[in-house]
Amino acid sequence: MFDIAVFLSLISLGYFVGRYLEKRHYHSINTREQALIKVITTNTKRPLGTLGKVNKVELVTGNAVISVDYFKRVAAGLRKLFGGNLTTYETLVDRARREAILRLKESCQGATQIINLRIETSSISQGKSNQIGSVEVLAYATAIYADAPQAGKQATAE
Amino acid sequence: MLITNTEEIPGKNITTCLGIVSGSTVRAKHAGKDIMAGFKNLVGGELTAYTELLGEARDQAMERLKDQATQIGANAIVNIRFSTSSVAAGASEIYIYGTAVIIEDAQ
Repeated sequence: MFDIAVFLSLISLGYFVGRYLEKRHYHSINTREQALIKVITTNTKRPLGTLGKVNKVELVTGNAVISVDYFKRVAAGLRKLFGGNLTTYETLVDRARREAILRLKESCQGATQIINLRIETSSISQGKSNQIGSVEVLAYATAIYADAPQAGKQATAE
Repeated sequence: MLITNTEEIPGKNITTCLGIVSGSTVRAKHAGKDIMAGFKNLVGGELTAYTELLGEARDQAMERLKDQATQIGANAIVNIRFSTSSVAAGASEIYIYGTAVIIEDAQ
């Protein structure tokens, strides 16, 4: 009886608090993404268009470890019986990736372009069983700080 | 030491290639602040302790990479790649590798 009470309270805690936290996190992600949308970010090897004099080039990284709440873990466990999309884990990795990219962009304010963006995901197991508890996402890229191209050498979209 | 994950560096020319350099570190994830992370696991969200831990581990691997490159006389490392693998339950290895080169300013 006591076990069931603990289980139910953990589930409801995970459901309500977890949902509130996720909503707040998504809100924060959306506003920050809007603020940083102007920085050109690509995963191509070379910078897009023509650059002026290059002042500085550096490696930038951003990482985030996000974990899933108790309710979602139970829900995913049930879902695994039938197969199909585990939507609860989709938001988990989505949040982690966007957060990591945002941290990367925030670490190089003033960069002209961010090129060669690579994303790497690894799952952090709790050591006990195989279940996915949390994921770590690392985003890394090269930030270029350059002057505006000189007149006559207009930047092209190619 | 100039470090990029692109094959070439805008505004610089690569004159000499010195070969692959690498740096790695193995860290346990369950040290210290693990109890807090356990509670955080119930409600979900960011596990700040782990984020910091992995960040520090990566900084250390990066230091080792730089030391190795300095020893062989490089002034830049290009085409850096990161990789994470779990070697044992609760511990993970962070491995960084790249190509050490000598660069000079482009004309």
